[in-house]
Amino acid sequence: MGGPGAGGLKGLEVTPLGRYLARRLLQFVPTLLGALFILHYLMTVGIQLNGDPARAVFGDRTPSQSQLQAMQRVFGTDDPCFEQAGNPCLTVFVHRLENMAQGDFGVDSRERPVVTLIAEHAPITARLALLAILIELLVGVTAGVLAGLRGGSFWDYVVKVSTTMLVAIPIFVVGAVTQLVLGVEFGSWLKGVGAPDLLTGLFSIAYRTDQPWASLVMPAFVLASLSLATTARLTRTSLMENLRGDYVRTATAKGLTRNRVVGVHALRNSLIPVITNLGISFGNLLAGAVVTEGIFNIRGIGGLVFGAVATGEAATVVSVVTILVLVYLLCNLIIDVLYAVLDPRIRLD
Amino acid sequence: MTEQVESVISADRSAQAGIERSASLWADAWRDLRRRPVAIASAVVIVLVSSMAAFPWLWTRTDPRDCPIQLSKATPSAAHIFGTNELGCDYYAMTIYGARASIIVALVSTSLVLLVGALVGMAAGFYGGWVDSVLSRLADIFFALPFLLGALVFLSMLRSHSVWTIVLAFAVLGWPPLARIVRASVLATKNMDYVQAARSLGASDRRLLFRHILPNAAAPAIVVATILLGTYVASEATLSYLGIGLQPPEISWGIMIAQGQSYVTSGYPHLLLFPAAFLSATVLAFILLGDALRDALDPKLR
Amino acid sequence: MLPEPDPDADLLDVRDLRIEFRTRDGVSKAVNGVSFTVQPGQTRAILGESGCGKSVTAQAVMGILDSPPAHVTGGEVRYRGVDVLTLPDEERRRIRGNHIAMVFQDALSALNPVFTVGFQIGEQFRKHLGMSRTDARRRAVELMDQVRIPAARQRVNDFPHQFSGGMRQRVMIAMALALDPDVLIADEPTTALDVTVQAQIMSLLGELLRERQMGLVLITHDMGVVADVADHISVMYAGRIVEEAPVRDIYARPAHPYTKALLESIPRVDVKGQQLNVIKGLPPSPTRVPRGCAFHPRCRYARDVCRQDPPPLYGVDSRRTSACHFWEEVVSARSEGSEPRSREQDEGVGGE
Repeated sequence: MGGPGAGGLKGLEVTPLGRYLARRLLQFVPTLLGALFILHYLMTVGIQLNGDPARAVFGDRTPSQSQLQAMQRVFGTDDPCFEQAGNPCLTVFVHRLENMAQGDFGVDSRERPVVTLIAEHAPITARLALLAILIELLVGVTAGVLAGLRGGSFWDYVVKVSTTMLVAIPIFVVGAVTQLVLGVEFGSWLKGVGAPDLLTGLFSIAYRTDQPWASLVMPAFVLASLSLATTARLTRTSLMENLRGDYVRTATAKGLTRNRVVGVHALRNSLIPVITNLGISFGNLLAGAVVTEGIFNIRGIGGLVFGAVATGEAATVVSVVTILVLVYLLCNLIIDVLYAVLDPRIRLD
Repeated sequence: MTEQVESVISADRSAQAGIERSASLWADAWRDLRRRPVAIASAVVIVLVSSMAAFPWLWTRTDPRDCPIQLSKATPSAAHIFGTNELGCDYYAMTIYGARASIIVALVSTSLVLLVGALVGMAAGFYGGWVDSVLSRLADIFFALPFLLGALVFLSMLRSHSVWTIVLAFAVLGWPPLARIVRASVLATKNMDYVQAARSLGASDRRLLFRHILPNAAAPAIVVATILLGTYVASEATLSYLGIGLQPPEISWGIMIAQGQSYVTSGYPHLLLFPAAFLSATVLAFILLGDALRDALDPKLR
Repeated sequence: MLPEPDPDADLLDVRDLRIEFRTRDGVSKAVNGVSFTVQPGQTRAILGESGCGKSVTAQAVMGILDSPPAHVTGGEVRYRGVDVLTLPDEERRRIRGNHIAMVFQDALSALNPVFTVGFQIGEQFRKHLGMSRTDARRRAVELMDQVRIPAARQRVNDFPHQFSGGMRQRVMIAMALALDPDVLIADEPTTALDVTVQAQIMSLLGELLRERQMGLVLITHDMGVVADVADHISVMYAGRIVEEAPVRDIYARPAHPYTKALLESIPRVDVKGQQLNVIKGLPPSPTRVPRGCAFHPRCRYARDVCRQDPPPLYGVDSRRTSACHFWEEVVSARSEGSEPRSREQDEGVGGE
């Protein structure tokens, strides 16, 4: 009757959590290589179709043969395989992987290493992303709890309508309209009445170096909008489901206060899907950062990509996106670990 | 002999039951949808936008490329109800003509994604074994790549951009979610009694798939496809906004918003707001219709 | 804590309890005037098919009804003389766990999957008595020992899914006993378990009851479980108690056709070649309870009067009651097998 529990065998036994982590790490390697290869292949096909990042650098000017070849060497697109449609350019891929393993992610058209560019631009993007994730969790979970506690109530309706709008409206529209209404209209009015710096910083149309946090709040809200909506919806549905759960009834029967029943027993379980969703929302954040930083003129990594796209620096786009994908996959790995810690059931299978 | 005849009859009957079940599912869903005001409103918006895309002359007689420069940046008036842009083009006509790119990209991409996703999903679900392992792993890897970032890499490589390069990017990157859904519902239906009965009577794989299994996978696939239409409208606009989707002189809501945005600070908010409103309404309509379809087709969620 | 409990009053006294479910489809009366009492050290079994209102009654006594849709519309639940239904929420909450505790049917879903069993058992010590985490854990181990979970000290940090079904139910019982309640309500405590494990859990419950002089309300549909542990039985049908009696009387001479039918549907080891009786038909849905006696469409004693007048509770003798117009006929009839059986030969649906 007393089934062999986790503590049954001692000694060489690997803990279930350890086994789970080992398996996730093993899965991570092929996923990582696969994603990098898809990126590489997308680039290769792009070049084979009609593009050449080396040629794009010169814009409307026609470069001489030697200029072009020099630029192709810089970008590593001088391999003949790029002329053969359908060739996956495997040798180039392997070469790139070797370079990446040594921390070399290529250079831009002025031969500055992309890694250096990233290092310069990363701090501000990190601040923006941190703010956005905080907003996503604080606002999203609060809204979800308000809606989920009483399904069908006024709050439930408000949350439902606003999240639907946020999910549907593209982030660049949210950003542009927010900038217009809060930055241009309200922000200039604030300046007009001589509001304190912190306040004008909060409602600035663009990033201000003298307000490194305040002027990021509005962009962070824009960046967080999509993930915030999904977080609120997830929290709402899973809280409503868990509140009907048998174990919530048990907790009530134990004479615990309503706050403890909801806040500890129901909410803890409801947050598991929210944490899992953080991985997906992180991908949205990275793509959204390109747009948001472009709109609010933030010189972070997203702004780097935005600028590189505008000036045709395709090689920079590829390198930076590759690094973003690496970061994204690593974050997902971390979130998987977090998930296992939060939900003991996952460690068993 | 009689036994065989009997089993033929009963298998036929249960196959019929399967088909009738899915027929009544659609009938129920249709009845349910007609009672939802949100679904009706969404459908109306989609029909209107589609008619703008297919027959823009129904909506405006003005040529959006006929731009008298002296009319630059006029604010909305009786002659130009949405005003004009910096080149003097009629903004209402541009907004109407802007629907076409969005709808074409969305429709073609979604059709391709449906086709690829359904084929991959059916193969993985129906054959199982190593076919399933390989295809599912492949889908996992595509999943690991954020959609817009992948499109960004591909499109930033290209020198010339058109509707078709965007469609290509969307189709290549967009199939995994559909493949997963189709695979799941094929797995679920594969072992149902009426499919087993048909199989035991020696129905060919193709007949099993198309007559018995596919109709059941259709409902979830159509829900996702409806939502994808909205997602692709939004993605096309986003890429055009960034400058690697469509490019002027093509007319697209994304380009209009990008250009309009630079005049926002100088007091011409209409250049931003009109295309933004049309774009948002279209995306919203597709997504709400998808949600309504999901609710209507899945009685468990009611 | 309680407003002057009366030492002479019954431990638990439920009087004329009425509960409705108000939904969009209308009002359904799930419980229509249920009364029973429980004394220290005694077991009151509430017996009935699923949907008869027995679990709803238990939840109302406990104060954990899902409201809405459920509403208590009448009656009293007196704990040591105090009507807990009229107490403010906060005082009601303090009674839960401290004075009245509950054991649920399916321990796997009734225990929180993401907390260790030690945390869940000890939680009440921390929240009701303000104990420290370490002390609460120590007490949890003691309780696990008392309900005979082997190697309690090692297993206190395990999660519910790591236990077997029987062990999980012991964890539930340990949790319910934590604060030494006077009344324990057990809602189908053994239904999800194997037969051998059922017996172990029931004997454990019986022992704990005697040791601690608790009153037990045992909610079940299983006549076999009831026979060994219960002192008094209340049989419920369609939201009413149709028969109430000491356990021996009911087994020897049931006074309500429904009880009689339930008894006849138990397979017996001692009678060979016996045809198992089933009760034909289904229990009525609470939204459509038949007029007159709710049982009449399934009753072999039914006459015209049963279709018209709902029977009152007739006193069979000083200790038992029956809600049947023809209880005398039922009591005096000989036991199973001798009744005319013509109608039972149709295929029917038994009591679970």
